[in-house]
Formats: sequence, C-alpha cells, structure tokens
Amino acid sequence: MIEIENLSKAFTLHNQGGATIRVMEGANLSVQKGECVALVGASGAGKSTLMRMIYGNYLAEHGSIRVGRTVVTDASPRDILTMRRDVLGYVSQFLRVVPRVPTLDVVAEPLLAVGTPRDLARDRAAELLERLNIPQTLWGLSPTTFSGGEQQRVNIARGFTHDYPALLLDEPTASLDATNRAVVLDLIGAAKARGAAIVGIFHDEAARDQVCDREIDVTAFTPVRAA
Amino acid sequence: MTDQPYNFAYLDEQTKRMIRRAILKGLAIPGYQVPFASREMPMPYGWGTGGVQVSAAVLTPSDRFKVIDQGADDTTNAVSIRNFFRRTAGIEVTTKTTDATVIQTRHRVPETALHAGQVLVYQVPIPEPLRFLEPRETETRKMHALEDYGLMHVKLYEDISRHGHIATAYAYPVKVEGRYVMDPSPIPKFDNPKVSDCPAIQLFGAGREQRIYALPPYTRVVSLDFEDHPFEASKADHPCGLCGAEDSYLDEVITDDAGGRMFVCSDTDFCETRQAAGHRGKDAA
Amino acid sequence: MSEHTQPLLSVRDIAKRYGSHIGCTDVSFDLYPGEVMGIVGESGSGKSTLLNCMAGHLTPDNGQVIFDTRADGPRDTVTMSEPERRMLARTDWAFVHQHARDGLRMGVSAGGNVGERLMAVGARHYGDIRDKATDWLDRVEIAPDRIDDRPATFSGGMQQRLQIARNLVTGPRLVFMDEPTGGLDVSVQARLLDLLRGLVRDMGLSAIIVTHDLAVVRLLADRLMVMKSGHVVEQGLTDQVLDDPQHGYTQLLVSSVLQV
Repeated sequence: MIEIENLSKAFTLHNQGGATIRVMEGANLSVQKGECVALVGASGAGKSTLMRMIYGNYLAEHGSIRVGRTVVTDASPRDILTMRRDVLGYVSQFLRVVPRVPTLDVVAEPLLAVGTPRDLARDRAAELLERLNIPQTLWGLSPTTFSGGEQQRVNIARGFTHDYPALLLDEPTASLDATNRAVVLDLIGAAKARGAAIVGIFHDEAARDQVCDREIDVTAFTPVRAA
Repeated sequence: MTDQPYNFAYLDEQTKRMIRRAILKGLAIPGYQVPFASREMPMPYGWGTGGVQVSAAVLTPSDRFKVIDQGADDTTNAVSIRNFFRRTAGIEVTTKTTDATVIQTRHRVPETALHAGQVLVYQVPIPEPLRFLEPRETETRKMHALEDYGLMHVKLYEDISRHGHIATAYAYPVKVEGRYVMDPSPIPKFDNPKVSDCPAIQLFGAGREQRIYALPPYTRVVSLDFEDHPFEASKADHPCGLCGAEDSYLDEVITDDAGGRMFVCSDTDFCETRQAAGHRGKDAA
Repeated sequence: MSEHTQPLLSVRDIAKRYGSHIGCTDVSFDLYPGEVMGIVGESGSGKSTLLNCMAGHLTPDNGQVIFDTRADGPRDTVTMSEPERRMLARTDWAFVHQHARDGLRMGVSAGGNVGERLMAVGARHYGDIRDKATDWLDRVEIAPDRIDDRPATFSGGMQQRLQIARNLVTGPRLVFMDEPTGGLDVSVQARLLDLLRGLVRDMGLSAIIVTHDLAVVRLLADRLMVMKSGHVVEQGLTDQVLDDPQHGYTQLLVSSVLQV
C-alpha cells in the first residue's frame, strides 16, 4: 500500500547563507494492507519528516513514495489533494481548523468531502465523538476552545470518520487517559482489520507493542551530519 | 441675409446643419443619445436651450409653432419661447395642438392625439436615465452599448422596497424598440403610453448636457416594470373641474387659504377646446 | 476519475508591462472545478495585476485566459468581445474587492445590491428577487430585517459579507478575490473565512484569492502561487509551499510571519 524507495531529503536555507541541512538519505519502507508500522528513533531523527513526506507536505529530494496508485513524489497538487481526500488520512498532533466551525462538522468534514450525505456524515461523527468521550454539550462548539486532550481526541475522530485505505498517526495516544487510550487502540485495531495500511509514531511503548506489527528505526536513514 | 438682425430661427445655417445631422442620427438609432455641439442660447440653461435648438433646426417658414410648459400655453416660459421664434423666424404661432406642425414641450405630451406630419420637441434636463445610479459617463455609455441595464431595474426595485410600489411618477424610464433605455424627459408617467406608437416625430434636446435623441413615428416604447408590479399610467382620481374630462392629466390648484382646491386639466388647449364644445366641470363658472 | 475533467480556467503565459516595468510575466496554470488557488506576495509583486488581467479588468500584453464557458466550452476571454466578457462577469464570474465600497453600490439598499445581478440577467419578478436577496442575506449572516438598509450603515465585516452575497447570488463558477479579508478585524476575518470556506464547498466554487495573509491561504486555498517582482517564484500545494518552501523568497515570507 505504501512504498518508499531510496528517499532523501535536505533543507536549503536560502536566507542563512544557503546552508543545506541533510535530514534523510536512502530511506526505504514498505507497508502492506492491514499492517501497522511504527517509526522509531531519537527525537530529530526524522520520523515526522518522513510522515510529512508521505503526506505530500514536504517535498522529497530524491527517491520515490507511492501510496496506493499515487506516486506522491511525482504528483500534481491536484492528485495529492485527491489522495488525501480518498486514500490517505493523517492524524497530526495539532488540530488546525477554521475557527467557529462546530466540532461535529469538523469531524464530519472528511466524509462530506468524499460525498457522503450530511446526515450520515454527522451520524458517523457523533458516534466517534461519543466513543472518544467528548461530551455532547461540546459538539456544537468550535474545538479551538477545547483543552489539549479534547483537541487530540477530536483530531483522532476526524482521522477515523472516513475509512481511509492508509493512515498516518502522529502520537495518537499522547495526552490521553487510559479509557480514551484504549478506545484509540481499538480504532487502530479495527482499521487494521479492515485492511488499512498504517504508519505511526508512538512514544507510548505499550501502545506500540499492542498495535504495531513492525518497527522501523529511522536513525538508519539519518545522514552523518557535516559540521 | 445681412440686412436682417438674425438668421432664420436665430441659429446660423452651419449650426442647424450640425443639429439636423444629430437629429437624423438619433432618428436612425431610436433612443440613442447623440452628442451635439450645443450653442449658447439667449436664455439660461434649464429654460429649454436644448429644445429651442432642436426647434430652430427643424422649423421652416411655413410651420405653425406651439409651445407648452407643463401643458400650458400661457406660462412665462412658453410665451417667451413662442415670441422668440415669432421674432427670429417670423413664423405663425398657435395654441391649438391639432393646428401646430411643430410643438415644443416642457414636461407634458398633449392630450389630443398627435397626427402624422407633426413634430414634438421635448426639453430635457438630464438625458441619461442611468445618471443617478452611475455617475461616470464613460460607464453609462458602455452600459448602453452593451445593453447592461440591470441597474435601471435596481432603481425601480428601490422604489418598491421603500414605498411599496414604483413611486417614480415622472421621467419614468422606458425601453425603446427593445434596445435602448431612455429617459422620456420629466413627463408624468401618465404620458408614457402616448410616447409609444405615436404617429408624430418625437425629438429630445438637452442643451446643457449636449445630447439629442429621437423617436421616429410609430416607435414601440415600453415602460420598465416588474411582473408583479406592472407599470401604471396614474393620475389624480378626479374629473377636471372646468371641462369635466375624466381621462386627462390634472393639476391641483389651491383656490384659497382654507383648504379649497380644484383639479383642472394641465393641458390648457385640451380643456378650452372641450369647454368651447360645451363640456362643463363641477367648478366651472 | 476527476483526473479527466478539464480545467475551468487555463492561464497561459500571461504578461503585463507598464512601460519598462514588469507588472507580471510568464504566468501559466490550470485551475480545476472546485479548486481554490491562493496568490501571495508582497505589495508590488504583481499579484493584483495578474488578478485583474485574469478577471478582464486589464488587458494583458501577452497570453491567454481560457475559461470553460457553459455554452461554448473553452474560450479565450482575452480575445472575447466586450459584451461576452461582461456577460461572463455577471453570470459565471464574480469579483470580490478588497474594499467593499468598490464592490457595492453604497446608495442602494442591501436588497438592491444583491438583486442587481439577478436583474442584470433578466429577473423581472420583484417578489422572487426579494426572496432570493433575503435568502442570501441570511446565508452571509446578515439579519433579513436589514434588507432595506443601505450598506453605509453596515460594519466593515457586514459590508464585505454583503459584497459576497451580491457576487454569489447568480451562482457563479469562478470567484476572483482581491484581499477579501484585508482591513477587517481578526475576529471578523475568521467569521468571513469560515463563511467563504462553507460557500466554496457547498457551491463547488472555484476561486482565486490574492492576499498577503498566509493564514488566509492556509485555511482557504488548496494551492498556492508565490509571486515576487512580477514572476511566479514557487507554486504547489498550499501546506507544502508553506511548510517546506523551496525558494528563498518564500522562506523569507514564511519565516516573517509572527507565530501566535
């Protein structure tokens, strides 16, 4: 489902004397349907960078990334948007939404984007919010006013409304209590069971052990830093 | 010519040719405002300088000339213009609508139906019907050229939204032969139907604004309106106090300081003709 | 698949010079139905010139602006006759000005402002026009009882929303926006952005938004074009351009934004 070959990435800082920072070299990764792969490695090793490249958020320097039928490294913005809408979901650590939009609509949005009727999309959103223990009194409010943990759960709900064939999870269980953590792990398990290919970053080792089939240490892709 | 103080009908022949060309162009493009080099006339702007120039350009020595101001032949303006042409053109003048060959008017169309061969000359203060909505001349000309007339209905919309009905009572905008939107000059909207399909030639002159436009005989002229607020040619709901006419446009005349008033025909010739034929209204002496 | 649909707007090699000064040059891109593109750059970068060239307010010195018309398919709007272009401008196109005063008739009531485009394309039923205007005022969150008030009595944010209603009432397919949130309070901006985003999605609108506000494009635009000195220096997916800018100028632009 997700194929990465010989991927490298460097940042060139044009406004700081053209300094080039090499952050990744020779990365390879293959994730099958129904498989969950954890990215591990020290902070700054490039886990997030790799995730962002898969999502098309960062441009690759060399090598290729394929998600389903989309060659991310060679796709037009339009193709990437289509991929993000239909194929690849992303649960990031930060919630970025338009202020004022009610939580229920924020969560239903991915379904609306793929053409699900509004009622069905809202029902599904409500179901997920309930499972993640977001009190119903908050559904009509914008999540921008929520606590960190609540925002995190809204983000997760949003990532799981549409049954994406592939998912990127950035610390999905961070800042969650035991109950909600279990719900999230259930959701991940269910996604795997329906055949979703998942790449995740989990600092929560127990969670990682429970849902992940393999670990990839991205330190292996970190270039030796030139001074 | 040199022994005469004025050329025939005051204006020199070159100027009249220039104005006639504008009139012909106007007749060829009904409703289109033709620019012309308006001359200084021996009267202030706003007193009918446009109409006077058009009349001067169309008058011939054999014409019979009538001038009305709000329907009346006997107001200062009408008398002055009539005298002006009697002196400078030596032509015959009349107050009879049926006898006149050229009629210059301010703010009315005569009640008596016009006939083929007559020329009705309107005095126009502001020829551009879009002016109050779009102040830029460059833009209004473009709007006419492109038939971009949504704005005209905005004016009528505003009327209804504010007053519950189209409150525009005079200078009511019309569309000429399905093409140009035109200001019929400040005639009451009661007169609008008379402008359409008229056997006479209708010419419009705006002196200060330097525009001439025209309607050839039998031109279709439609008053703009909405389907659910159709155009209505309204008038005061009374018969004429002097001649008893029920179908003519009326002026309200205050007769004393105790609230006494009467309604009389604004068209003096029409009213007098009826009275001469024996018609009497309730206020007739 | 959506890959096979044709672009709504194809811009090819647009260039506009003011004497020896370059307004914009070498601009080419395709905009697909439902897509929102942002154009960012500092004052004088040519982004407004480009927008005006595309919207037919300026005639480019070179290039084509091909719009997929309803009746005749793709047509170059630069060489189109003025009446055709104006017809487009009041049916399938909309233009939202930075200053609502430039896009509204200040002497005409809110209802009249919204109704004008309807009347321009032949609506002649007062009741229907008024119903539509009322509906649109509601959609842009203006109380229906303000329908007979003039825009001069409205706040800046309301005027801007009225301008949007006036533009969208005929169901256009392409909206040009010139700094639509410029000059508004931040809280008012958020409300307007939310409204625009909803309308764009619900109506399937395509839009081109010129702004210097990167937060605006992040929330509204699918794609981003960065301009400097009349040239496009970078374009791509909005979040990619903002999070991983490749050109020095874009990096400067992104790093200059205050983080909140």
